[in-house]
Amino acid sequence: MIRSFLAASCLVAASSTQAIAVDIRIDWLEHRQIPPPILSNLQPDPLTLGIDGARLGLADISTTGKFTGHSYHIVTSVVAPEDDFIAAARQAVNNGAQLLIVDAPTDDLLALADMVAGRDVVIFNVSDSDDALRDAQCRSNVLHTTPSRRMRADALAQFLLWRRWDDLVMVAGTSPDDIAWADAMRAALHKFGLQIAAEKIWSFDANMRRAATAEVPLFTQALPDHDLMLVADEAGDFARYLAYNTWLARPLAGSEGLQPVAWSDVVEQHGAAQLQNRFREATGRAMRADDFGAWAAVAALGEAVTRTGSADPAELRAYMLSDAFRLAGFLGTPLSFRDWNGQLRQPIPLVTERAVTALAPIEGFLHQFNELDTLGADRPESQCTSFKEPT
Amino acid sequence: MIRTLLLGTCLCLPYAALADEIWVTNEMDDTVSVIDAGTLEVVTTYATGERPRGITFSRDFSVVYICASDSDAVQVMDPNTGEILHDLPSGEDPEQFVIAPDDRLLYIANEDDAITTVVDTQTRRVVAQIDVGVEPEGMGISPDGLLQVTTSETTNMAHWIDTQTHEIVANSLVDSRPRHAEFSPDGADLWVSSEIGGTVTVFDVQTKAEKGKIRFALPNVRPEKLQPVGMRFSPDETKVFVALGPANHIAVVDAQTFEVLDYILVGRRVWHMELSPDNSKLFTTNGVSGDVTVIDMNSLKPIKTVKVGRFPWGASARPTNQ
Repeated sequence: MIRSFLAASCLVAASSTQAIAVDIRIDWLEHRQIPPPILSNLQPDPLTLGIDGARLGLADISTTGKFTGHSYHIVTSVVAPEDDFIAAARQAVNNGAQLLIVDAPTDDLLALADMVAGRDVVIFNVSDSDDALRDAQCRSNVLHTTPSRRMRADALAQFLLWRRWDDLVMVAGTSPDDIAWADAMRAALHKFGLQIAAEKIWSFDANMRRAATAEVPLFTQALPDHDLMLVADEAGDFARYLAYNTWLARPLAGSEGLQPVAWSDVVEQHGAAQLQNRFREATGRAMRADDFGAWAAVAALGEAVTRTGSADPAELRAYMLSDAFRLAGFLGTPLSFRDWNGQLRQPIPLVTERAVTALAPIEGFLHQFNELDTLGADRPESQCTSFKEPT
Repeated sequence: MIRTLLLGTCLCLPYAALADEIWVTNEMDDTVSVIDAGTLEVVTTYATGERPRGITFSRDFSVVYICASDSDAVQVMDPNTGEILHDLPSGEDPEQFVIAPDDRLLYIANEDDAITTVVDTQTRRVVAQIDVGVEPEGMGISPDGLLQVTTSETTNMAHWIDTQTHEIVANSLVDSRPRHAEFSPDGADLWVSSEIGGTVTVFDVQTKAEKGKIRFALPNVRPEKLQPVGMRFSPDETKVFVALGPANHIAVVDAQTFEVLDYILVGRRVWHMELSPDNSKLFTTNGVSGDVTVIDMNSLKPIKTVKVGRFPWGASARPTNQ
């Protein structure tokens, strides 16, 4: 307490432009997960995935704060897989945390949202793409800066329709994430009038590093001819071994090949190169989708504080959900929050390892209000009701 | 054979442009294209450092300065030969700059470092570095040279810098992603374009108070595509041309009433503009289509598209016989 007060005092002295400094506390709450076993472990996720994006956002908004008399700091609570996330979150909130950036599984997120319901707390979901969280299970105190599965799947479906690649097959894994992603892709294809001619389930447990060249051609031989093969393999287990081993010479999309993502290190247009450079300089690695979600949450908070001059969570939330809010997110168009479910509207890059192939919404997919709302569940079909009630 | 010989002879003439020229930086080709403002043909292309963006001639036209962003250098080129004479110490990732009216100090936006660097072009030394907001880009200087304005894209501010003390005297919040700052020729107004905000804010320079905000609307173009970037006053100072980026149009704005008078269709993702030295034509750099649109200043109609290199960005004019 004394320390943060001192920090605030220093900034007053350093800032010649503003007389009063306001210090804003942001909390990073993370529940670490044990990653599922996959066939190749050569490219593990960095331990600081996500929070590195939040820290970059903090550096950005702190620079702005020098001129506006706002200072910011992040308090981190990282909970081990076996430990009680909610207990840690409760402690943070009781210690004064009001602006929570959360990287945790769906159940934790919902329990947290319910625990702080009615208190002056705003939660940012920066990594969970579960559609129910934005729909029937939505909570009015949760904003989502990472896209839902449906948003990413819609982006891919728009691309396939635009290219007229409408003969499609799918290979899906059996994990809950794989099943959810396969469902999202099916729903997106249905929305845009496409369908899948045939599907196969990947249930092998052999080590495909040795056998891919032998197994995959046979596994895919029975599929009907197609333009493209969709793959649902969210953990990155088997899909990498499908590439170039399929019976027919066809491209992949979904979890391998052409991937619809929130962010990738190949995004460079619209000033993105600057963000990528800043991130790489600070962390020594490439910026990923979870980093971008966390960066966007902190950037949105900073934008709301700068524009409203307030640090009150309710006021910040109201501003972020208003028409006045426009976030410059390096994707060529302003980002804003859907006021019916708290989801950040955002273009979805369709990327390969080396380039952005297209940026959805694809030109020609129109919407009566905002073309970004062609991605994901739109207002009329939303089952989220909690945003309609006063909070 | 004779033609070659003639060309060779002409190139050797010191300090003489054969015709009015428009110089355009090609961001993704590492070159600058030189367009003959009369014939509207590219007459030559010179190699530059990596990712050239900002370009401006010294006020006596003896040299041309080029921001080679990815080479972390401001290059000084002999415009008669295309030879790089030397680099200026520019700080990291220089994107855009403005030369002071005294033709000596260059104010450079260092995009990756949140700094405005002031370089003395004669001594080739850094005079000052000023901390500004994140991703500085737009650079304007008042006609009397007393105020320099740097806009920062991610901090969303115009920073007013006193050129005598090299200190910030005021910060003005504008809409998202300010890209360009332009003083009116009489020095009374400052115009700042906000790319993601979709607006242009006009400030009274004396009071630094906002005196107007300009919004844009085009049938069949989504509001979020109307992204104002480069700006340019007409020679008679009555109009301001505003490049609208991915909306592929230039807006013509009344400099007094701030009313949008007209929209002119140009190439894709229009960045910046330059007037021909005789004020008869306006040239726009169109990043995505890789060309330059030439607009007739009398009719305000596009008259020609000139193919240049990949991702043309900045533009600067050189008159004949300079």
